[in-house]
Amino acid sequence: MAGLAASFGSGAMTNSINEIREAACIFAIGTNTTANHPIIGRQVTRAVQKGAKLIVADPRRIPLCRLADIWLRLYPGTDIALINGIMRVIIEQNLMDTAFIEERCEDYEAFRASIMDNDLAVSEKITGVPAQDIVRAAKMLGSISPATVLYTLGITEHSHGTDNVRALANLALLTGNIGKPSTGVNPLRGQNNVQGACDMGALPNVYTGYQKVEDEEARRKFERAWNCKLSPSNGLKMTEMFEAAHEGKIKVLYLKGEDPIVTDADTSFIEKAISHLELFIVQDIFLTETARLADVVLPAAGFAEKDGTFTNTERRVQRVRKAIEPKGGSRPDWMIICDIAKSMGVEGFDFDNAQEIFEEIRALTPSYAGITYERIEKSGIQWPCPDDKHPGTPYLYSERFNTPSGRAKFAHVSYRPSAETTSHEYPFILITRRSAFHYHAVMTHKAEGFDELRKEERIEIHPADAATLEIQDGEVIKVSSRRGSVKAKTKITEVVPAGVVCMTFNFLETRTNILTSRAPDPVTKTPEFKVCAVKIEREESAYITKDYMRWGTGKI
Amino acid sequence: MNKVSLNINGITVKADKGATILKAAQDAGIYIPTLCHCPDVSSIGVCRLCLVRIKNRRRFEPACRTIIEEGMVVVTDDPEIQRLRQVILELILSDHDFNCLLCPKSGQCRLQELVNRIGFNEHRFSRLEHVAKDLPIDTSNPFFDFNPNKCVQCTICVRTCHEITGNDAIDMAYRSYDLRVSTFADKPIKESVCVSCGECMERCPVGALIPKKVEHPTREVKTTCPYCGVGCGLYLGIRGNTIVRARGDDESPVNHGGLCVRGRFGYSFVNSPDRLSIPLMRAYDEYAKPSSVVEVTEEGRPITLPLVKRDGKFVEITWDQAIKYVASSLAHYKGDKIAAISSARCTNEENYLFQKFTRVVLKTNNIDHCARL
Ligand code: SF4
Ligand code: SF4
Ligand code: SF4
Ligand code: FES
Repeated sequence: MAGLAASFGSGAMTNSINEIREAACIFAIGTNTTANHPIIGRQVTRAVQKGAKLIVADPRRIPLCRLADIWLRLYPGTDIALINGIMRVIIEQNLMDTAFIEERCEDYEAFRASIMDNDLAVSEKITGVPAQDIVRAAKMLGSISPATVLYTLGITEHSHGTDNVRALANLALLTGNIGKPSTGVNPLRGQNNVQGACDMGALPNVYTGYQKVEDEEARRKFERAWNCKLSPSNGLKMTEMFEAAHEGKIKVLYLKGEDPIVTDADTSFIEKAISHLELFIVQDIFLTETARLADVVLPAAGFAEKDGTFTNTERRVQRVRKAIEPKGGSRPDWMIICDIAKSMGVEGFDFDNAQEIFEEIRALTPSYAGITYERIEKSGIQWPCPDDKHPGTPYLYSERFNTPSGRAKFAHVSYRPSAETTSHEYPFILITRRSAFHYHAVMTHKAEGFDELRKEERIEIHPADAATLEIQDGEVIKVSSRRGSVKAKTKITEVVPAGVVCMTFNFLETRTNILTSRAPDPVTKTPEFKVCAVKIEREESAYITKDYMRWGTGKI
Repeated sequence: MNKVSLNINGITVKADKGATILKAAQDAGIYIPTLCHCPDVSSIGVCRLCLVRIKNRRRFEPACRTIIEEGMVVVTDDPEIQRLRQVILELILSDHDFNCLLCPKSGQCRLQELVNRIGFNEHRFSRLEHVAKDLPIDTSNPFFDFNPNKCVQCTICVRTCHEITGNDAIDMAYRSYDLRVSTFADKPIKESVCVSCGECMERCPVGALIPKKVEHPTREVKTTCPYCGVGCGLYLGIRGNTIVRARGDDESPVNHGGLCVRGRFGYSFVNSPDRLSIPLMRAYDEYAKPSSVVEVTEEGRPITLPLVKRDGKFVEITWDQAIKYVASSLAHYKGDKIAAISSARCTNEENYLFQKFTRVVLKTNNIDHCARL
């Protein structure tokens, strides 16, 4: 979430889920909300039923389009051109919130100049969205308040994901839609505790509560609390770790509860990188694809088998409670870590329960300082919550932004083509998405019923493209990118535009990520998931092979 | 807020302006039978079981739809109302497939409750033709079934699907006696736009929409959904050491009792036979002389004990061995030769501890997780 942090000072959903239904205008960009976050999708539905305007920007015809006032069907990876186009119209028509900009923002003039460089006709050409639709959307966003922006992976999973987010932040600042109820720039988090993992400092450059590793004072504080010497330099980001492992610089990898082989971009590279490790420890509840490459696998307890807290996408810290005993001999992750630390003779890992750990977190993290297990017994509290009388913060930046000056910065963002573009040989753009019924791979495959709803990978392809390639619905085709190829069954549908194909990455049988590209965003190192050039070939023989007949049983 | 006072059954009751008679009565502890009323969705007043008498009005009015007025005088029960209700109930029962003994809803069924409360006139009832419709049961959805023979056409499910989920997967179709819940073009539910959220099933007052697996929990634990960043509050229903159901937490400020398909039905993975149960280790090490060598061959199974790999295969070892092995091997490497990846699925406490472990014990800042994804 580096994009948001750069503009406002911290990178979390600025407003609350409950405020969405009160919004007068909703701009959903790159988020298939009804599928990935159904409960938030319901808030959007509720708002629309109450008369809110909805603008959807997505290359696919997602279910939300049905409710939308305007659907901007942009080419994958051209979000910035679209947002900048919208902002140009807002400035041209004088729809910006001048008072807000003067009072709360900085760097406006330079920003304005950079936006005025964008020509609407060029935006139209890059995005494929008709200019009049851009104008309509701009008028809506510029004149209706409160307006809120929702986005997810669609916008961050690009080689320029950070810029996308900053462009959205600019839009919110320009229209004064931030720091008030039902406004804001709201990243909807995918996994249940991504927010918490970030808050807790499971990041190479910050401790808990985003206290910087490079900041002398913060480091001193943690050195005192933990009674040890700490490294003053930032660590490696995940993609860099695998690169370092590949080059032999990293010898040991300790992986907890992730399955990068299935979920990360460019799977074959990661597999190779892992094979170069000297020691690979995996801690998970299942013997995942990745775990099978490990030297040691430690069985962890599932979420219902331990106490603790999760922090949701709206910064709300909520309790998780132990409901059943851990299966077999599995143990909660925190216990395993404590045992290893104690066995290595290190102090500071004598915890008897999760609450004791939480107390230590509180003491070291100002934004969590006022949250206690007692206070969140009934319902969670949204950080920042600086003391135990503070009610929590439903929306951020009502007074000032978390930047040194207290003002939000307009950032200069311009459109760059995706790192990977189509060519004569690879004429299609592949976009990836998640299926509503599957949560990454492992958990829902193991839960009964889910495989029945959506049994196998279907690659979506437009009827016109299918006709050119003489492909039939349900036929097995070979999809290849510059990195590798996979087979998949087709689904001919107008959900995708011509020239674009779409696959999910929820199925182990079809490892879509073999195709995706590793070109990461320069700042967050998020690999480019969404856009990748592919070619499609028929595979006649696949009709009869046994392999194909076995597909889709959901067995791993 | 403005209060309105009215008289119900001779008792003076105060209620919020704009409330219905039903709400005012319920808040005052006065029972009015209802069938098609569901507090989560708007009232449409189709069952007519909640009819009450209002002074100076010619007709009986449905309590669930009539807004209270200052000085209103309401009677919720008298012999005439009773007779009316009995007749309505008899008509509903006459084509209901009531084999309560085999019905999973038995004990929690609104219709049973109404029969107990209102009763019926045996003489009149026996003259009605009891022909339960013999419509096919829709078992296409993997999580719940729809048995139209038990449906009482209350339309709660339809209103739920429209108002709460916005999916509009189902609606009432056909006319009069044939009136029933149907998907677009009367296809099986699975082939409709239904997203299997189960909200309709949760609210069906009778045994028409019913989960596939009905096991009644013996205790409930309040917790948070592990599937996505929304973090819906929910109660897990436990029987023995098994999660048998989940229901949304009405008090949660996040989801107000709602859940999606994953949050409601996605729990059998916890009990999946594939769970890892013993630490595993690759078998080329000294430590891989475990007390019991259990070769683990199945792939993709969940783990419940540490594992080691031998000749490309894993063997199970004890926790003591596993911890010692990890601790002693980690001791050989320090600093930037090590990297750790934490998980966005683990709790805050575990993420905190893991980064502390990486920074303090492994002496490196090489810690990350899949946050950017
Ligand atoms: S399960 Fe959900 S989507 Fe499907 S019919 Fe019921 S309420 Fe509608
Ligand atoms: S299925 Fe249940 S909720 Fe729906 S109309 Fe029939 S009885 Fe009512
Ligand atoms: S119930 Fe659905 S929307 Fe709610 S947290 Fe779980 S997965 Fe997310
Ligand atoms: S509950 Fe009032 S008419 Fe059905």
